[in-house]
This record gives sequence, structure tokens and C-alpha cells, in this order.
Amino acid sequence: MSTLVFLEHHGNELLKPSLGVLSKAASLGDEDVAGVVIGSDVRALADEAGKFGAARVHVADDPRLEAPLAQPRVDVLAQLVRDNGYDTVLFANSVLAADVAAGLAARLDAGLNWDLTDVVRDDGRLVGKRPALQDSIYVDVGWTSEPRLALFRQGSFDPTATGGSAEVEDVNVQLEEFSTSARMVEQAHEESEGPSIEDAEVVVAGGRGLGGPENFTLVEQLAKALGGAVGATRAVVDAGWYPYSTQVGQTGKTVAPKLYIACGISGAIQHKVGMQASGVIVAINKDPNAPIFEFSDLGVVGDVHEVVPKLTELVNQRKGS
Amino acid sequence: MKPADFPPSFRAADYVAPPTDPEAERIEVGVLIVGAGPAGLACAIRLGQLLEDAPEIRERLGEVPVAVLEKGKQPGSHLVSGAVVNPRALRRLFKGRARIEDMPFYGPVHDESVYMLTAKRAIRIPAPPTMKNDGNFVASLSQLGRWLGERAEEGGAIFLPETAAEKLLVDGGRVRGVRTGDKGRGRNDEELGNFEPGADIVARVTVLAEGTQGHLTGVALDRFGLGGENPQVWALAVKEVWRVAKPLRRVIHTMGWPLRPQAKYREFGGSFIYPMGDDMVTLGMVVGLDYRVAELSVHDLLQELKTHPLVRKLLAGGERVAWGAKTIPEGGFLSLPRRLHAPGLLLCGDGAGMVNVPALKGIHYAIESGSLAAEAAFAALRRGETPWRPGALAAYDDAVRQSFIWRDLREVRNMRQAFGRGFWMGGALAGAMTATKGRFPPGDRRTELDAEQEILRTDRARSYPTPDGSLTFDKLSSVFASGNRTRDDQPNHIVIRRDVPREVAELWTRMCPAQVYEVAGDGVAVTPSNCVQCGAITAKGGRLTPPEGGSGPEYTLT
Amino acid sequence: MKIAVCVKHVPEGVKRIDASSKRLDRSGEGALNAFDANAVEEALRLKEAAGGGEVVLVSLGPAKAQDALRKALAMGADRAVLISDDAVAGSDLVATSYALAKALERENADLVLFGQQAGDSDGAVLWAAVADRLRRPMVSQAAELTHGDGKLTVKRQTEFGYDVIETPLPAVVAVSDAINEPRYPSLKGIMGAKSKPQETLSLADLAVEADRVGTDGSRTEVYALNAPPSRGESRKIDDDGNAAQQIVDFLAEKRLV
Repeated sequence: MSTLVFLEHHGNELLKPSLGVLSKAASLGDEDVAGVVIGSDVRALADEAGKFGAARVHVADDPRLEAPLAQPRVDVLAQLVRDNGYDTVLFANSVLAADVAAGLAARLDAGLNWDLTDVVRDDGRLVGKRPALQDSIYVDVGWTSEPRLALFRQGSFDPTATGGSAEVEDVNVQLEEFSTSARMVEQAHEESEGPSIEDAEVVVAGGRGLGGPENFTLVEQLAKALGGAVGATRAVVDAGWYPYSTQVGQTGKTVAPKLYIACGISGAIQHKVGMQASGVIVAINKDPNAPIFEFSDLGVVGDVHEVVPKLTELVNQRKGS
Repeated sequence: MKPADFPPSFRAADYVAPPTDPEAERIEVGVLIVGAGPAGLACAIRLGQLLEDAPEIRERLGEVPVAVLEKGKQPGSHLVSGAVVNPRALRRLFKGRARIEDMPFYGPVHDESVYMLTAKRAIRIPAPPTMKNDGNFVASLSQLGRWLGERAEEGGAIFLPETAAEKLLVDGGRVRGVRTGDKGRGRNDEELGNFEPGADIVARVTVLAEGTQGHLTGVALDRFGLGGENPQVWALAVKEVWRVAKPLRRVIHTMGWPLRPQAKYREFGGSFIYPMGDDMVTLGMVVGLDYRVAELSVHDLLQELKTHPLVRKLLAGGERVAWGAKTIPEGGFLSLPRRLHAPGLLLCGDGAGMVNVPALKGIHYAIESGSLAAEAAFAALRRGETPWRPGALAAYDDAVRQSFIWRDLREVRNMRQAFGRGFWMGGALAGAMTATKGRFPPGDRRTELDAEQEILRTDRARSYPTPDGSLTFDKLSSVFASGNRTRDDQPNHIVIRRDVPREVAELWTRMCPAQVYEVAGDGVAVTPSNCVQCGAITAKGGRLTPPEGGSGPEYTLT
Repeated sequence: MKIAVCVKHVPEGVKRIDASSKRLDRSGEGALNAFDANAVEEALRLKEAAGGGEVVLVSLGPAKAQDALRKALAMGADRAVLISDDAVAGSDLVATSYALAKALERENADLVLFGQQAGDSDGAVLWAAVADRLRRPMVSQAAELTHGDGKLTVKRQTEFGYDVIETPLPAVVAVSDAINEPRYPSLKGIMGAKSKPQETLSLADLAVEADRVGTDGSRTEVYALNAPPSRGESRKIDDDGNAAQQIVDFLAEKRLV
């Protein structure tokens, strides 16, 4: 098995989810795990990749690759796979990576399994783990031909620094005409303050257990301390305590942050389907029988009005120290 | 104290109006059918058949000879029933065109059992004659509705799904059609970016086939003074569909537990458990809404029923795949409207109360009445007369009176009321009535409105099981299973008094299977988007009006 | 401008995976994928802004997908093409994108629009594969679209903020659900939908080779269905005044603070 990992970067840094996939690929025991960095003026990033398990890093460095657009990247990857015979290409999901992976699948007539949370080697074959139907079922998926393409959920793997170094190889970039006809006019113009609820790594959400709209400040302060976004249940949005744009659940947003803190939320299924894919779920509720405790990693039976402010204080202290 | 002491600010007259759209913008159809249930679809199918042989009349009816308005996403979306269907009306409707074997049935009833339940035991009792189901077929009414919808469409009917019939258009004493509800309004009734106003649909004949608690049917009964001798009363049914490990080979009905026999509680009802092929079972609990107990919850009684050894065994290793709730008109013969027609208007099916309670049947009456309505409308159109002339549609009433609908309902006319005297006494009286074909005991008993029943507070809820998420379920996860994903920010469609005493607030909270109501500080709080439009609130002192078209459950198996 | 909108018929209600085929059970009722309504809406707006053109729906699915198409026609699309063929069942991304691209080649639209994702498979990748097969420029996650001077300006949302991208036509664009609020079909639209052209094509009609679709044409497979792994050790504690500290310790252990 020879594996290539697509290494995405932003602001002169390789993204953690990509490095996580790289570490995972290295841990599968392959001798030849390679990474590819595509962009303009990105050669320096190749060294970083070596530390996380890449034996070889292809660098496609070209001004035409500066903007994070998918199609030219498909050209580069297709060429690499063809020239080097990689049988597996792995991606960490993102707006960009999903488009690259799917474009590459079409270009190479290669199988793509997406939304995977893990991959294992089972009796010589590669098996992907894909949660389906709102994570109520896990599907084992595979590939019937090579190359095999896989797109992993963000946060599936933690990057592990092994301290190695990679051999760097330049790619002779050749691009298709249609791949370069879309043009970036303005890039990554941030308009909102703080992460949006769908992109946030941490979501702190409040429910009716808060007792009143004024107590949402407790939730807001904790979210701020954790660098996260604020969510709300339908009940409190219905009651006019908080805006609809923050509603998490069946008829609101679906979120999957690394950490979800539910404050005074009972956990009805209408809410659960909007947040159950979260990495770690912490619930604070004074009703010991609240359904939320059935799918929380840490459940605290207690009064949100006491626990949440203390928690905010402790998090702030920790940050300060 | 009783719910009727707190009447909602609902005036039927507010839902009657002349057409307001400029003439050029009105949508003109020949016959407008409101509701794609068994009655409305049978009406559309029958009209299609009749018009097929009468192209000149079809021509005269314009571009859209038959239109069917449906508030759900499609025919069947809002249909819930047992159901064991008497195929009689379907045979007549599809004579020479389709056989029972072509219809989506789960096979004929081969065997049936009736049990009297106690908390631990099930005592098999002989089936009352009215409950015999030989020759009947098990169906999901939602699926049957979809099939009938396809047949109606083949016959040329145009469907207008996701469209609520909000107002009855009446002009010069004649029904002109309906006005449909607006779409895209916000919580405070404001127009949202995608606002789509309702429209006037005008027709030569309007057929109201809205089913139980029909909004415009209620308005029409009021407008034309068509109310029956007795007021209408209802039962609430909550059912589930289970995928099961072992096939059930018979139809089961139960009486008794978890309902209480004492007359003062007025807990009249029972359960049904039907096989749906080899791998599914449907079961439901039906309780008359003339009950008095504030804590009574039909949903929770169904959950309790499933903990009975008899039922638990049937569901072992299974999984719940669907849930639904709906009211059933139970007033019977004496609550039928005085007339089933008004100028330009016909009333059919459950909306008109055509249900035989002791036989637990209504679908074949709905289908038959829909077919008869089609024939009466067609006859009036064929004669070339104006169908909105008073009496022009009277042939429909005559036809219903000569049909098995009338005969059947008349025979059992006093049976439902007998149960007001308590279960055992009611059972005995019902037996006597059956034996004498309704002649004994003599005299027509009056009934009271469901909302006129005094509220008793007991500790009824103590026995309800705590939902475990595998055998027993809470209301919210059940609403989820109904496929309901109503837009949260639409105007409230439930008309009730909010400032009611705790007894009433608690009664509504427990009654509603969809957790729409909650006891709040000094009254009741409402979450309208949970509503599955069962209609119980209308029976118990409030008023359900149609929400934005397309809202509500998305039933597929019920 | 001619706009093709790719729409999908997805199962309604509680979804389940059929244990024997290991595929999503599509035997029940279905409806228009909700995310596709945004694409239809955007196509109609572009057509209205241009003062003319055609909006054609292209779908791959069972015969009953015609119902889902009817709804989009009621919104205002001009006609619909459904590729329906038993051989398509079980197609993965590679196979689906191949068949869909064939149908789109036949339409040769100036713009191909997709919705943000399919409500049944959570798949959010099809457009990129189709664009590659059509060899056309592609932009996804479009939150705003403007058309002028023969090119499209697309504002798209990524993890890092908003990008603005310009692309010449013909192009493939996937819109996000933030781009618009889809209209309700008017009654006249619903009534008119039935008489709009609805074409059903087989694979043979599109000259799609049978071994390029279905299981034969797919490059992925499903081995097994499993229950979700337990969330790991779940802890429940009573607040004795020290719960906040315990939460922080827990988060530290998980490296979340």
C-alpha cells in the first residue's frame, strides 16, 4: 500500500485535520506515506509534514495555485497518482478537500468513500467506517479498485508528531484549461465575529432550564471563554429568548463541534438529531432523568446557574495562567 | 369545572367570505374536492369515471374539471387509521376496473380475538357481532390513500397538495368554492420574503371531504345550520407501527385495562392490534374524548398497553417504525348533519361523522359517500342545471339514506352513548342493541359535548410507564417518528384561551399526544409546530384551524 | 441563459438501511431533496433577472421521482428530464456522476446548479465529480450568485470566511442553503406543472454503457452494517459544589481546554 495524503493549509500553516489524517496513515504501518502540499510559496510547509509521519512530500508550488480552488489541485493530484502509482489518497474534509476528492474520483474513475471517521486494515483489505442516518448506524465500506480515495470527518484523528523528516520532491505543475478558468477575486474575507455555529469547534447551548432569557449571558460568557459559538433549543427560540439563527436541531442547524456543552437542555430527539455527531458532549441539567444524559460523555446533575458561571471562571483562569 | 367554560375566540363566520380575488385571477375548476382522504379520493375517482363517458360535460367544466385540495404533502400524508377495511365500497367503486388483490392491502382477516384485559391477564371473550371482520382486509390507510390518489390522478383529477382550505367562499347563499391559506407568514403573522398569498378557487360544486374535525365542514354546518340532532363527539386514537420478529396471524381487539371501568371517569375505549404482512404489526389505543380525567393521556395509555404481557410478547425483538394520532367522530347516526348538502356544497365521510363505532369502521362509508357525492354532482351537472340552486344536490341525501351507510349507522345509533354509564353496563346495553338491531333499549339518548364534561383530578398518570426508548416512548420522540417537521416560525394555528385554570391546562397538556400544550405559570403555553393535527383540542374546548399547507406529519405507514 | 438544475428524490420519513442490500431503503415515499429547492429557486431568479431563458431539471432516480420533479416544476422550472433505469440502482459517486454528466452533456446548459447536499446520504461531493467529467469550471458553497457580462460572480462560504470567485460560463455551481429562501409553488404553478414536459430517459437513450453504472460501474462497496460504537465511558456526576472543576478536569483530559 502506498498512500498519499492531501495536506491543506491556511495562513502559512498546515491544517490540523490534514496532519491528523497523515498521522493516521503513518500509523497504518506503511513504509511509504507521502504528503502533497499545493499552493504558492508553500515549500516551507513540507518540513512540517515530515514531523507528522510523511516520508516524502510532493510540493506543487506555482503562482497559479495560490488561490484555494479545487480544480487545479485535481490536476496536480491526478498527475501524482498516475506518475507514482499511489493506491490510496486520503483527505481531511473541508469545503476545498471535498471538491478536490470528488473531482479526482471522476478524473481517475476511482472509488471515493466520504464522511469516514476511521479506517482500519482488516485481513489485508482497507475498511472505512462511515456513520450514517444521523450516526444511528455505522457502515463498513470498502473499495473495489485502486486507487482508493477517502475523505475523513474533521477531527477524526489527532496529529501525532513523530519528529521525522521528509524527502521533498517538486512537482512539475501542468494544469488543464478548464481547471484554471475560475478566478479568485477576493479571498477569505471574514465578515462575522467569532465562529459561526456551524463552523465552531465548541458550541455552548442553552435550553429552558436556564429559566429566562436574561440567563443566556451565562451561556454567552462560557462560549466566549471557550472561543465557541452559542446555540439554543427550539423551546427557547420559540419563547423568544434567543434568535432563530442559533437554533440547533431538526428544524434548525445541525452541528458537529468537537465539544458541545448543553446547559439546561433536556435532550429531546428534535434537539439530539442536530448535535449528536458532536465529538464530546457535556450536559448540565438538574433533572437526573433528562434524556440528554443518555448521550452525554459527561453529565452533571446540577443547577446551571451555579455550575456554568463557575465553569466560565475556571476556564478563564486556565487561559490566564 | 369543564373546558367549555373557557371558549376560544373562534367565530365560524370569520371563515365565511365572498370571493375577493379579481375575477380574472380566480382559479376556476368544475368540481372542487377538499381533502385527499378516502372520501375525497373516491369522489374524484368516481367523477373521473363518469366524465370519461361524458366528454361533453367534461368540456363544459373547463380546463380543470376535477380538483382535489390537500393540506398534506400528498394524498396519505395526513391519513391515520387502524385499519381493517370492509371492501364493499371499494368493490363498487372499482367494479370492472381493479380487483381487491390490486390494492395495497396486507391480506384478508383470517382469525380474530377479543380480549378483556386486566393488568396481568388477558381473558378471551367472544367477539361481539358488530366486531366480526370476516371478509375484511388489513390496510395502512396512508398507503391506501396514496394508491387511491394515483387512481384519481389517472382519472384526470388535478391535485393541489400542501394547500389548506381556509375560508368557505359563499356568495348569495351559495357556496362558490374555497379560499386557500397564505404561505410564508412569520410568527406574528408578518409576510416573510417568500410570502405566497392564498387564492380563491371557485367551482360549480364544492365537496368537503376533510375528514375528522374538518375545518370548513364545521364552518359550513354553522353557516347553513346543518348541525345534527346531537352534537358531534369524538374519540382520540394513537397508534404505532412496529417491525416485529414474529408474524402475527390474527386481528386482536382488547377492552378493559389500562382503562378503568368506573362510570364516573367515563373512560370508554379499547385497543386494536393488526398484522401488516409477516413483518409488521400495528397497534393503537382509542379513547372517547368525553372522558373526565384531567391526567388522561391516550398516548401514555398506549405505552402502558404495550407493557401488558400479551402485547409485550407480540412486540418482542421488534422496533417501532411509525406513530400517528387522529380523532374519530363517534356521535354516529344522531350526530349526522341534518342535511348533507347546501347550495353548491356536499359533505362526505368522517367530516360528516359517518363512523360506525361498535364496528370500528368508517373507511367504507367515506368511500361510499364520496362515490355517491360524485354521482349526485354529476347528475346535477348533466341535467345542465345550476348545481347551486337550493335542492339541486338533494339527490345526494336521498342516495345516502338508501345506502348501507344509513342502514348501518341507524342500527347502532345508541350504542356509543350507552358506554357513558360505565363499561360493564355499556357493554350489556350494546349487546342488547346488537341483538335487537338497535330497537332496544328504545329512545334516542342525547349526548353532551366532549368539552362539557366536568374535569376530575385523579392520580391517573401514576401508572404511565417511564419511556425507555425501546418499548415505550415519550411524546416528542413520537412526533419525530410521525415525520413532522413543521416550520417553527409560522403563525399559531391553534385557537385557545391561554389564561385557563390549572385543571384545564393540565387536561390539554395530558390529552395532546404531540406535546403542543404545557402548563405554564398562569395558564397554558403552546408549541404549535409539534401539532400533528389530530383535532382533539377542538373536541375539548379549543379550535384547530389549518396551519400553513404542507405542515404537520408525513405519515407513510399509519 | 439555459440553466440545468440537478435535483434528487430522497426518501421521506424515518430512514432505514435495508439489511440485505445494505443500501438505503428507497421503497417508501419520497420527496424533493430540500436542499435542491435552493438551487431551483436560484435558477428561477437568474432566469427572471436575465429576462428569459430556460430552467431544466435533471434527475437520476426511480420512476416515482417524477413526483419530486413535479414539485420543482410547480415552483416554475420549465421542463424535467429523469434518467430512470433499474441498472442505475447501487451506483456510487463514480457511476452516478458518469450517468448524470451524460444527461447534462445532452442538455448543454450554460449553467449547471446543484443543491448543497443530498438529504438522504449527506453526500456533498457530486457536483465536483460531474464538473470534472464535463470539463467545466466549478464553484461550491455559493452564498450569492450574480450574472453579468457572460460570467458569474460567486460569493462562497468556507471555513475561513467568504471568497469571491469569478467564472466564465458554462460552469457548474453548488449553492448553499443560505443563498435564498425557496418560494412556495403558487396554485397556478401547481396546476400548470402537470402539463409541463417531463421526459424519462433510459441509459440506452443516453448511450451509457451498462457496465459504467450500478454495482459494475461503482468503485466502492458496503461490507457491513454495525451498531454505532458506544460513546465511550459516559460519566454522570451530582454537583456537590465541585462540578465545575470536574468538568474542567474532564475537558483537560480530553485536551479540549
